[in-house]
Amino acid sequence: MSKTERTLEEHELIQRIEGDGQGAFVESYDAEAEVMTINMGPVHPATHGVLRLFLELDGETVMDCKPMIGYLHTGMEKECEDQNWRGAVTIVTRMDYLAPFHNEHAYSRAVEKLLGIEVPPRGVYIRMLMSELNRLTSHLVQFGTQGLDMGAMSAMFYGFREREIITDFFEMVTGLRMNHGYIVPGGVWEDLPDGWQEQVANILDVMPGRLNEYQDLLSENPIFIERTRGVGTITAEECDTLGVTGPIARASGIDWDLRRDMPYEAYDELSFEVPTQEQGDVYARYQIRMAEMVQSVALLEQIVDQMPDGDYKNMDPKLTPPPRSELNRSMEAVIHHFKLVTQGYAVPKGESYFAVESPRGELGAFVVSDGGTSPYRCHVRDPSFYNLQSLPVMAKGGLIADLIACIASLDPIMGGVDR
Amino acid sequence: MGAIADFLGGPDVVIAIVKVVVAFAALLVATLLTIWFERKVIADMQARIGPNRWGPFGVLQTVADGIKLFFKEDVRPRYADRWTYGLAPVMAAVPSFLAFAVIPFGDHVTVGGERVDFIVSDLNIGVLFFLAAGSIGVYGVVLAGWASGSKYPLLGGIRSSAQLISYEIALGLSLVPIVLVTNSLSTVDIVAAQAGSVGNVDLFDGTFLQGVSELFEVIPNWYIWSQWPAFLLFMIAGIAETNRAPFDLPEAETELIAGFHTEYSGIRFALFFLGEYIHVVVISAMAVTLFFGGWNGPIVDEFLPWIWPVGWFLVKTIAFVYLFIWLRATLPRLRYDRLMWLGWKRLIPASLLWIMVTAVVNVNPEGVDEQTLRSIRLAVFGALFLLVLFVVAKGDPRLKQVVTPERPRSRRAQKQGVKSGSS
Repeated sequence: MSKTERTLEEHELIQRIEGDGQGAFVESYDAEAEVMTINMGPVHPATHGVLRLFLELDGETVMDCKPMIGYLHTGMEKECEDQNWRGAVTIVTRMDYLAPFHNEHAYSRAVEKLLGIEVPPRGVYIRMLMSELNRLTSHLVQFGTQGLDMGAMSAMFYGFREREIITDFFEMVTGLRMNHGYIVPGGVWEDLPDGWQEQVANILDVMPGRLNEYQDLLSENPIFIERTRGVGTITAEECDTLGVTGPIARASGIDWDLRRDMPYEAYDELSFEVPTQEQGDVYARYQIRMAEMVQSVALLEQIVDQMPDGDYKNMDPKLTPPPRSELNRSMEAVIHHFKLVTQGYAVPKGESYFAVESPRGELGAFVVSDGGTSPYRCHVRDPSFYNLQSLPVMAKGGLIADLIACIASLDPIMGGVDR
Repeated sequence: MGAIADFLGGPDVVIAIVKVVVAFAALLVATLLTIWFERKVIADMQARIGPNRWGPFGVLQTVADGIKLFFKEDVRPRYADRWTYGLAPVMAAVPSFLAFAVIPFGDHVTVGGERVDFIVSDLNIGVLFFLAAGSIGVYGVVLAGWASGSKYPLLGGIRSSAQLISYEIALGLSLVPIVLVTNSLSTVDIVAAQAGSVGNVDLFDGTFLQGVSELFEVIPNWYIWSQWPAFLLFMIAGIAETNRAPFDLPEAETELIAGFHTEYSGIRFALFFLGEYIHVVVISAMAVTLFFGGWNGPIVDEFLPWIWPVGWFLVKTIAFVYLFIWLRATLPRLRYDRLMWLGWKRLIPASLLWIMVTAVVNVNPEGVDEQTLRSIRLAVFGALFLLVLFVVAKGDPRLKQVVTPERPRSRRAQKQGVKSGSS
């Protein structure tokens, strides 16, 4: 059977299923092949939102696994085109909703590349501070869901408990717990509020002890190791072929981290390690994330210590609205303010791509400008989308329980996959 | 009173009816409290508050849930097998109640000249009855999975039939040593055999370990001391039998949505729920009965002498219910194939081996007095315990292959370290 025929056949099958109004429940049983077709998702406790998997099972063994996406498609990339360059930040931040700062970061850097502007040092460090804290919150959620999906319910509550402290800090700085719209082209929207050092110091005090607790709860638990060691293996070559990046690639032995290998912001001024593992199984990916949290804590300590003073965003009046006090005195300031509020700034014609290391891998923003005040095209290379391709490679031949462990270790964010 | 008793067929029948009603009501209340207890304890372990709306400390939350479930629409899928679908929840719940019939939950009380034992029925095959009732409960789960006409319940049903049947064997075999030692299948006899203290052991008499001998006079004569391997086997198989974490595969939420009861709603779902929690209570009560002296306790006061044994029984049972909850809050779920591996390749051979050891040690040759025999048994069990401790302490070789990431030091500790180093 040729590949096209097979795809057509599958297409017809899905059409028929959905035509029957069966929704998530597929009633089909291939008696000859002794294979049961079963739908996992889009509404399923372990599919992290609305991932739909089309499984072929022989008993409990997964013979085939096809991820189906699009259930969370909201047309966000298209929506960016209706916003001005500043406003599009509030759209991209909602794509990978567990790593909002990284979305904003990649997009803002791509726009800055087109504008050809510099970000003041304090802005750079605030960006790194927020990105690393965001890496912690994202990995904490991954830790929690990994535990929950494998039956260790408590892990989730512990992960979310620590995440709460950090999201409280986000709220203090940006006013929102998620989807901040804080990192904008030119810097960050507001300076850090008074008392931020105490809040970050509190987080950094709490985290190492809590990470130790997680080690006690899951890392050395025989059942957990049994469920994850040697499960869902993926090799470095397969990662390369499928475009898999981030912790998953590093767990397979690919020593690649954009923060170190293509340094952006001021990551080359900070010292940190990039943890790698060779096994490429679920446990290795779990360990990589635990180690990355340790590294993030170390990075945060350096960032706090080295935080410079000065402007937090590019104060070019063509880019940033003038302070309110100026508006009463300067006609020019009023004009700038009016132009920025009603139109926004124009970005020179051209296209640019910039990628940051998000908690899930290479998160890149590709923006095209036609010289106007809103993006002509804004595409986001979301790591979840590419990482999800590796799920069939990991899951085939394993049991359903292994498949669940694989999904949890992939940590796909469907908001980012479907955009 | 007398007329009613005569009409019903004598005081025995009246006593039996009262006992059945009391036990049934007590179990229902116990289930409500167990669910509340579990939710409160797990919430505490997970840094949450837990139910706190209805009644003091939210104790009526389960009642509210039960009432809600009772008034919910009873949905039956189109492809469900009509009668089996309705029968399955009943088959899951009723045997759990039945199994409680053979558990003595107290001593006895004399009412109007009639002796009333605190057991619904002292069957001479009590242990077998307990196993049989548990096995029937499996049918409820299997039939629910099959009759739902849906795929996730089917997978859950297959899992549970495989799991429950294999663990049923281990559960049964783990009880054989107790029967061997007691020479009886009656639970009342088993509890009676555990009364008092371990008794005089002359092993250390005349040596500097004289104090140890005196200690044995105080330690209660529970089977847990000599039969702890059987106890471990019983608990593992018992947890598997109740479908509780880490053996909750048939209803693994994140894998099979809700497993065998995915398609059930309303009161039918409540019956499954009820069955599971009663099963937890019954397995806990059985563990207490078989290994922890049943209703025997150190203090029995003159004031209401019948209530003390019931109190001891309750305390011990609650401790075991807590163990069930603790495990659920801590452990991840086992995988299907590893579960079967554990059941068939570890638990069953281990229980067979332990039956053999118990049988050999229990032989009572002529001409050897009870004291010496008891000392020999103590030595054998003690040596075995140390051996197992040694093996456990050596650790699981699989764990050694795992390199855990470096543990971070807290910021405060690092600062203190710098300070102490510089000063």
